[in-house]
Amino acid sequence: MSKLIFRNIVRFILLVLFQVLVFNHINLFGYINPFIYISWVFLFPVRKSKSLLLLTSFFLGILIDTFSDTGGIHTAAILTTAYFRLPILEMVMRKKDFDYVLFNIRNLALNKLFLFISILTFLDTFVVFLLDYFNFSDIGSIISNTILTSIFTILISFFGILLFTKKHK
Amino acid sequence: MQQLFYFIQKFRYFLLFLVLEIIALTLTIKNHSYQQSKFINSANFISGGIYNQVSSISDFLNLKSENKRLSEENIRLKNWIEENKQIDINKISTHIDTSKYHQKYQYISAKIINNNYSKRNNFLTLNKGAKQNLKIDLGVINNKGVIGVIKNISKNYATVLSILNSNSRINVRLKKSFHYGTLVWNGKDYNVAQITDIPRQAIIKVGDTIITGGKSAIFPEGINIGVIKDFKFEKNQYKEINISLFNDMSALSYVQVIINYQKNEQKALEQNNLYE
Repeated sequence: MSKLIFRNIVRFILLVLFQVLVFNHINLFGYINPFIYISWVFLFPVRKSKSLLLLTSFFLGILIDTFSDTGGIHTAAILTTAYFRLPILEMVMRKKDFDYVLFNIRNLALNKLFLFISILTFLDTFVVFLLDYFNFSDIGSIISNTILTSIFTILISFFGILLFTKKHK
Repeated sequence: MQQLFYFIQKFRYFLLFLVLEIIALTLTIKNHSYQQSKFINSANFISGGIYNQVSSISDFLNLKSENKRLSEENIRLKNWIEENKQIDINKISTHIDTSKYHQKYQYISAKIINNNYSKRNNFLTLNKGAKQNLKIDLGVINNKGVIGVIKNISKNYATVLSILNSNSRINVRLKKSFHYGTLVWNGKDYNVAQITDIPRQAIIKVGDTIITGGKSAIFPEGINIGVIKDFKFEKNQYKEINISLFNDMSALSYVQVIINYQKNEQKALEQNNLYE
């Protein structure tokens, strides 16, 4: 159990540092920066008590916002993602009850994992750009930014999760 | 009462989400208004310190371009001195009335330790703060042009509202005529900014230089900004005047912060006008 907590603390710190020091400065094609910090929501253990995910996501978002001077944009986005994680997971798996203790995201079939990551990433990036532009007349920029950033975020977090997490048998 | 507790018990997950989301949205709205939130910005000692460490490592990568920029600036200043010497020779005598002499501006060198240019609302972080006499609302430039205005400071760090931000409004004018406008940014290309409020009687051409207007107390007059890239003239109004900036906003390192010693005097005088 303590190993699980330790692993999550390390993941928390690494995600913040990688996001603000590396991925905020990639500027692919001039402006695309993947939001890898949402992997926190994908990888957080699925438990009956869901409040801990909300609270930790909130602090992760606040840290990212502090570093990138974005007010509360990323906090609002990651909270929304965290809140809708379980409903979307249930939707992707097409069942309501699963074993909370033994559940591991890597035991999902790859296409289901990809779908799960994609839906949550789209949700997060859409909220980020909606709040960043804060103006419905910029809806074109909001949608194009959401799609481009999502694609790169999905690719990076999908392969990152495949590479850096172990499959439990 | 019991029902209230039951309600909270039943919806506590949703209520927690709602409370946290409202906090986040409040911070967002605060950040969109002119005054940035006091705590959630990168001028604090943790994020400022980390950015400072990282930038001290990555500095080596742009030493070459930084040297080139400095030598360009040296040449410009030396030429300027030589030009002024010529005028001095023609004068028969010079005397400086020290009682009338006031230094208006002072420049402080600082370094950008965190640069953003790809978002809609960009902020930069400087490695100097209140300890080095920086204050809120000071202008930030480098030798190529305007960069932004200081928005928040802590002891050792400061955040700068970049000209690449939807809240940035900088008073500018045409170099060749005294027609004033406002520099804004539409969020599309970090090399291209826009000018609004140019009066229709102004004659502009593609390639005209745009400089700061000096109407506000933040920037002195005549700092370079960019040249007109293209514009539209519709219904007797100028529309979408695009400016290609002299500064490459994606590669900034050392900058100068401008302290205006007569700012309070100017502000106080302008305030008086409002109340009359």
